[in-house]
Amino acid sequence: MISLYGLHSRAVLIQALRAFFIDRGYLEVETPLRIPAPAPEAHIVPLISEGWFLQTSPELCMKRLLAAGIPKIFQLCKCFRKGERGDRHLPEFTMLEWYAAGSDYRDLMKDCEALLRYLAAAMGKDGVLEWQGRRIELAPEWERITVAEAFQRYAPCTVEEALRKDTFDEMLVEHVEPHLGMTTPTFLCDYPATLGALARLSPTDPTVAERFELYVAGLELANGFSELVDPVEQRARFLAEQKSIRMQGRDCGPLPEVFLDALETMPPAAGIALGVDRLVMLFAGANNIDQVVAFTPEGL
Amino acid sequence: MYSASDFRKGLKVQIDGEPYIMTDFSFSKPGKGQALYRARLRNMITGNAFEKTFRSNDKLEKAALEERTMQYLYCQGEEYTFMDNVSFEQLEISKAQLGDAINFLTDNMDVEVLQYNGRPIGVTLPNFVNLKVTQSDPWVKGDTSGSDSKPVTLETGYVVQVPPFIEEGDKLQIDTRTGVYVTRVKE
Repeated sequence: MISLYGLHSRAVLIQALRAFFIDRGYLEVETPLRIPAPAPEAHIVPLISEGWFLQTSPELCMKRLLAAGIPKIFQLCKCFRKGERGDRHLPEFTMLEWYAAGSDYRDLMKDCEALLRYLAAAMGKDGVLEWQGRRIELAPEWERITVAEAFQRYAPCTVEEALRKDTFDEMLVEHVEPHLGMTTPTFLCDYPATLGALARLSPTDPTVAERFELYVAGLELANGFSELVDPVEQRARFLAEQKSIRMQGRDCGPLPEVFLDALETMPPAAGIALGVDRLVMLFAGANNIDQVVAFTPEGL
Repeated sequence: MYSASDFRKGLKVQIDGEPYIMTDFSFSKPGKGQALYRARLRNMITGNAFEKTFRSNDKLEKAALEERTMQYLYCQGEEYTFMDNVSFEQLEISKAQLGDAINFLTDNMDVEVLQYNGRPIGVTLPNFVNLKVTQSDPWVKGDTSGSDSKPVTLETGYVVQVPPFIEEGDKLQIDTRTGVYVTRVKE
């Protein structure tokens, strides 16, 4: 059933998103959807298109633009991820990504706070989001909690135990996520170093990456990090991801060599990917992603 | 065998030699993490249910069930009676075993009765059924509460969300797998 309200909310939000970034001096860019070599990531499966791939994220192309000297960029585009389908997932979805040279993941958190407050005002929401029976206040400073703290507080084991027993994802989904973003949005920060293939490690604690996920009412909305700009380290991480992909019996494709070359000249930066369909869900009060798109793959 | 990516509500599987139906299913995938398939499974004989999280390489066996086409006749209390269209043999299935199917059963509807070791344990409905609206409130124009759908009650007592133009007496096509409104049908 096509929801006019869902489509209207989407249109208003996208116009407001653009205005927010343009006002702040970001350049809107478009990069190719079809690419020869995506970033190898253990749990993200790209769709194949005539021997190339549909992008799973515009990340690599956008970082090449940073390396080419453009300091602040944003993009609204489609991304494709094989096999991802559920109440909160579509295999083709809309992503917003933004990158800024000279900033780190703490700056991105401030961007997120400013962005959602701005969007709430544009949508006439007066600083409060109501979703699935929860009232989320946007005006106070948002909660920041590290992954280690969150496991200590909500999970039956520590993050180290979960990693050792290979149950990190299950613990996160079943025990931690349902508590996040319930009164204000929550930044879940400082992921274990092994869980951020493109993120910089913390200079003060190299066991964690400077990466966060933003949650609102238990819904995961965005993933941001301080970018890894060391090409040698990045190559080693890509090779480790490729190994994990091959162990799952999948073809890992070629390494993105042009991107690795570009990293030589990329300035320190931070970047973030935000799921636009989920953002619309939050603002339109939709509990299913199907309600905020014109058509689902099953409806075509 | 079903792999985790085949999982959906209504799937019938076999665990430790007993038939189970997936009564709830959700897909999740924490950022950059692996796909997780959370399923609620109900034993089709005992009614006992449990929840389990599966990973994409997990598999479940298909349930070994026999199916025969039967016509729904009537219900008395908690028991629903069905008749074999060829042999005229009748049998009863309990409300609990029918589960959500009672929302979509109308007199004389043909269904597939599922049997396990000769015992009836449930039914499979046609994917789509047409049901009449028996109660509908008029839609308040200018309602900006954030929804462009309204609830109506169907002839089976089932309540479903529909677009505002639906009125009492309309016939609606419903997807029995999801319980969701599909379209209005012309008589």
